[in-house]
Amino acid sequence: MTLSELVPGEIGIVKEFTDLEMSVKLMEMGCLPGEPITISRVAPLGDPIAVKVSGYQLSLRKFEASTIILQ
Amino acid sequence: MKADIKVALVGNPNTGKSTLFNTLTGLNQKIGNFPGVTVDKKTGLCTLPDGRTAEIIDLPGTYSLYPKSQDESIVFSVLADKANSHTPDLVVVILDATNLKRNLLLYTQVADLKIPVIVALNMIDLAKKSGIAIDIDLFSKKLGVPVVPISARKTEGIDKLKQAIAFANKVALQEASIDVEAIAPQLIAQISDELEIDNPYFALQLAHQHEIVKFLTPQQSDRIEELEHEFSFHSQKSQATETIARYNFINDLLYDTVKIPETAKDETISNKIDKILTHRVFGLFIFLAVLLFMFQSIFSWSAYPMEKIGDGFAWLQNYLHTVLPAGPLVGLVVDGVLGGLSGVMVFIPQIAILFAFISILEDTGYMSRVTFMMDKLMRKVGLNGKSVVPLIGGFACAVPSIMSTRTIENWKDRMITIMVTPLVTCSARLPIYVLLIGLVVPNKNVWWIFNLQGLALTGMYIFSLISAIVVAFAFKLILKGRERGYFIMELPVYRMPRWNNVAFSMYDRSKAFVLQAGKVIIAVSVILWVLASYGPGDRFTQIEKKYQQPRYAKQFSPDDLTRAINSEKLENSYAGTLGHFIEPVIKPLGFDWKIGIALITSFAAREVFVGTMATIYSVDGNADKIESVQNKMASAKNPQTGQPVFSLAVAFSLMMFYAFAMQCASTVAVVYRETKNWRWPAIQFAYMTVLAYAASFIAYHLLK
Repeated sequence: MTLSELVPGEIGIVKEFTDLEMSVKLMEMGCLPGEPITISRVAPLGDPIAVKVSGYQLSLRKFEASTIILQ
Repeated sequence: MKADIKVALVGNPNTGKSTLFNTLTGLNQKIGNFPGVTVDKKTGLCTLPDGRTAEIIDLPGTYSLYPKSQDESIVFSVLADKANSHTPDLVVVILDATNLKRNLLLYTQVADLKIPVIVALNMIDLAKKSGIAIDIDLFSKKLGVPVVPISARKTEGIDKLKQAIAFANKVALQEASIDVEAIAPQLIAQISDELEIDNPYFALQLAHQHEIVKFLTPQQSDRIEELEHEFSFHSQKSQATETIARYNFINDLLYDTVKIPETAKDETISNKIDKILTHRVFGLFIFLAVLLFMFQSIFSWSAYPMEKIGDGFAWLQNYLHTVLPAGPLVGLVVDGVLGGLSGVMVFIPQIAILFAFISILEDTGYMSRVTFMMDKLMRKVGLNGKSVVPLIGGFACAVPSIMSTRTIENWKDRMITIMVTPLVTCSARLPIYVLLIGLVVPNKNVWWIFNLQGLALTGMYIFSLISAIVVAFAFKLILKGRERGYFIMELPVYRMPRWNNVAFSMYDRSKAFVLQAGKVIIAVSVILWVLASYGPGDRFTQIEKKYQQPRYAKQFSPDDLTRAINSEKLENSYAGTLGHFIEPVIKPLGFDWKIGIALITSFAAREVFVGTMATIYSVDGNADKIESVQNKMASAKNPQTGQPVFSLAVAFSLMMFYAFAMQCASTVAVVYRETKNWRWPAIQFAYMTVLAYAASFIAYHLLK
């Protein structure tokens, strides 16, 4: 399952990424394999989403979230 | 003053790097340029405890040495280019003590370049408050570099940091973090050998960034490219491998040195604020309310200082005219240069207030929430959530707004934002709209509270936003994207704004505005002044002779006579001749030659319009007296038909022209500076002029 399928409040663990280029950026920003990740909220228009990972709040588009595979 | 030691500040965004920079250097800063790129180079001087001076260079905040945006690309170049004058002797890496893991990624990269490093452990007070225990001595020992706990906001530990800078080693003593050679052994060995590099990580970075850095020769860069093919080097894969290896090192380090409690308290407050500010329904309304308040304040708070600045310049000009002998040179300096300067200076209050708001919104963390909320909407028209900031800034001035597009990583999104930002109603259009609406729209209320003139003005603002969005959509269809865009962005914890930062940003941006726009406006106003003060052949002497005849002296009072002479001189000046020359082109829009002069002069800067109108309709004294210009324009009659020149149709046609036309030399210059290609300002100028002509034509013929 991917991060985009999570509903706000649910916790997942990052497993791997499907997009190499995006994975570098995500890891640099603290979104790492093995880290717990939650969706904090969804933007008023339904996209992007705000996630909490490694103590940070990051904003990602839904498409970007779909490249993050959870355990 | 020559600095004894050069220190670069490096760190993630939102780690308090700018605050530390301001604390270390005070107001002793200057903004320059890095050679060859448009990124601002912020430097300042700091006196060390031993009496020496350190030059501090504030590098853009970045998550890693691998750049994702234009600003970030400068970091590696500055650190690595050993031959350049701005190469630092020492790097201070700022780490957010409340969240060391991600911050350490950049640290390990910088440390592996083997430049002497000091760690400033910022927000140590917040870390303690949330129960994070850091064994600083062990941490420092494991890294092999001095670690200074500080709180940049509370200015704690700054003296210790200055001391550490003063006592810093000239050689790099840090421990190696990862086995860099293992990532691409043959390639690193070959590059190190051929380019005579003794640092494997430097060699690896060159493999990634040889196209970005400026210090390699084209041959060297091509050679690296060849070697990459030879050893089938894949940049993204290598970056991924390296990042994972670094995090493994960091995890081990933190396991031994840092204890983090289960719950962090600070986060929940931020979360509560977010629940309201990014709420599904209220979120957008709150944003609208914030915007309304901002514009209301920009206009109402700046009115008084703007009036005073205008009065001050008028007084100075009058004073200089009385004390200096009349002559062409004095005329040029006093009327040309000072007149042009006052046109720039009156906008300082608006710029300062706008940037105070923008810096508060950014500092508190609200701006990134706006970006978050607006992204979907903006993406539909080919923009990006991050385009919201420049578009909002465009209501004040397109020049700094276009500069602020650098945060947009995606090339296509950034170009479209640059292309449409000048369409947004900037503060220079305001006096023109006020003047023209006052002429043709009755000042009465409809539906009890809405003033008809106010509605017309609001309409022009909304119209500008709509046109920017429509044009952006057109560009989205035309432009080919070169790279894919992503929107991975940090939403920082809400914080109180740092008021001295706000004040500094007001000062800093106003200064930049005056220097950048000022140069162009002064140059152009000098040219215009010359064109309006001299005429071809002996026409001017003819006019003077004509009015010397006694019948004029009887007919007019001395004041009226001067006005009549000036008005006729203007018509016969180079500018007037030009106005007559373009009259056939602008006639379909309902404009006569006098408006033609104003249009031409306005291509330097829109705010010139009111001044030109004032001169043309020979209003004596202060050109900023909008009321009197308005009266003159209202009574101006078309010589053929006897109807008022400024009918509803002409006024709206003119407003449409000003809404669309690229009448701002500063914006053209800044677009060139940001895109580094004349094609972009040329395209922008062309499409905006075409739109302006079409919109004016339609408005004139609909309302005629």
